[in-house]
Amino acid sequence: MSISVEQVEQIARLAKLEFSDDEKLEMADQLAKIVEYVEKLNEINTDNIQPTYHVVDINNVFREDKTADSLSQEEVLKNAPKSKLGYFSVPKVIDK
Amino acid sequence: MEYEVVIGLEIHSQLQTQSKIFSYSSAAFGGDPNSKVDPVCLGLPGVLPVLNKQVVNYAMRMGLATNCKIAPLSIFARKNYFYPDSPKGYQISQFEEPICEHGYLDIETENGKKRIGITRIHLEEDAGKSVHSETFVAANETLIDVNRCGTPLIEIVSEPDMRSPQEAYAFLTQIRQIVQYLEICDGNMEEGSLRCDANISIRPKGQTELGVKTELKNMNSFRGVEKALEYEISRQITCAKNGEQILQQTLLWDADKNVAIPMRSKEFSHDYRYFPDPDLTPVMISDDWIKKIENSLPELPKARQNRFVESYKLPPYDAEVLTDQKPLADYFEKVVKTSGDAKQASNWVMGEVMRYLKEGDSDINNFKVSPENLGLLIKSVSEGAVNAKTAKVVLSEAVETGKSPEAIITEKNLVQISDTSELSEQVKKVLADNPNEVEKFLGGKEQVIGFLVGQVMRATRGQANPKVVNDILREELVKLK
Repeated sequence: MSISVEQVEQIARLAKLEFSDDEKLEMADQLAKIVEYVEKLNEINTDNIQPTYHVVDINNVFREDKTADSLSQEEVLKNAPKSKLGYFSVPKVIDK
Repeated sequence: MEYEVVIGLEIHSQLQTQSKIFSYSSAAFGGDPNSKVDPVCLGLPGVLPVLNKQVVNYAMRMGLATNCKIAPLSIFARKNYFYPDSPKGYQISQFEEPICEHGYLDIETENGKKRIGITRIHLEEDAGKSVHSETFVAANETLIDVNRCGTPLIEIVSEPDMRSPQEAYAFLTQIRQIVQYLEICDGNMEEGSLRCDANISIRPKGQTELGVKTELKNMNSFRGVEKALEYEISRQITCAKNGEQILQQTLLWDADKNVAIPMRSKEFSHDYRYFPDPDLTPVMISDDWIKKIENSLPELPKARQNRFVESYKLPPYDAEVLTDQKPLADYFEKVVKTSGDAKQASNWVMGEVMRYLKEGDSDINNFKVSPENLGLLIKSVSEGAVNAKTAKVVLSEAVETGKSPEAIITEKNLVQISDTSELSEQVKKVLADNPNEVEKFLGGKEQVIGFLVGQVMRATRGQANPKVVNDILREELVKLK
């Protein structure tokens, strides 16, 4: 299994990461090895086997529909690089 | 060439729970920005989302009300994308194994009943709100309020079974009616608790293969959906007729300008890389649980409409109007209960009450006259305590002032005079004052009696019981013969 530089660029774009040309080659190489490793799973016959949706065999973990106090606005915004009038302020988002 | 239109809808409905879908902060609408937030919906590292059970109950209600199969096992998935209104970098949704599948609704069309398939209903969390256009937002920024993050949603995905904007409108309004009846969502498109996206394509009539579809977003009202669809269909048909290619793209509806504007498509290459969310455990729904929800379902609109026809003897049209929205149907039934007269209750609610609501652009929840008070007013008319004309004046004042009709009647001394001796006096006086009319009547011009009744009504400031006045007048006139 090989991973192309184009594929690395696509994945990087989706993950909002930037790589130099050298790093892209390095990533392509490492990702190929990871995929190859995981592909071992394909050697096992999984016909008639239920998919594992959760690694622990439990289900129906629920909470009751009850509220508790919100974090304060101050706490919510505490880690924000920039805020304004109680809002997070982010670079302008166009197109929505 | 004749074209056929193919429409499918994706409808998001906010569930009216107390708390968020996976955490404890309040899911109520509004409030100061970032004031209904907890570590989970803020996407802080190390937090664990836990599913709100009521959300599952509500989704099951909707599934059962739309003839879906409830999945014995459903799971949550991460839908990965970056947008500032979603702090985690992914939305928790359902992809494989949604909670409900394979349902349908029957809508009314010009050509009779038509079945619209429902592909699936799945659970997901809402995103926060971006503020772009308020005056306090600088030109180079967007402001983010995460209060709405984690508000529970169901997404209802229809089959591409609709063939006109009118069918889409009928389907959408029926969905609203059902969520309101189920009391799981207020169904308000203007405030965004119900949202609708549409997939639209056209194909030459007779072709089975689907054409290239576009997605329409940002339609903020029920009529807006109909309008936007009409716009997009005519755009596609014009394209096709001019031999241009229809591009697969997403368009945003601009309700002020009545146009759909394409979104920049480069930013929008869908690659959500769904995978099962390891934080959340599968949901297993037993038959017992389904039974329990089934038994708790309220009477649905169609059933209520039929009952109104049968037990209140209303014409089907009246029953349809009265059951269109649950709050109005509830109001009507309370009026029936206090007035004891379904026909009159229907006349008053469909006539006077709905006229006031329309004039005031208001809905029944904010109507100033309680159903009990309207019921009592109708009762006083049928018992003869006030006449119908006065009752309308009383209602108008009640609507204006918020006072109870009873108080207005007492305050203004509007109780109808049916007392024969009191009215006889007035009648005699009117006859004495109008000898010419009396002569005409005795000469055979019977219709003059209308004028004479009017005179008595005037003398009693409208309070006389017109029927009693009429009787007394005739009695007295006979004596004069």
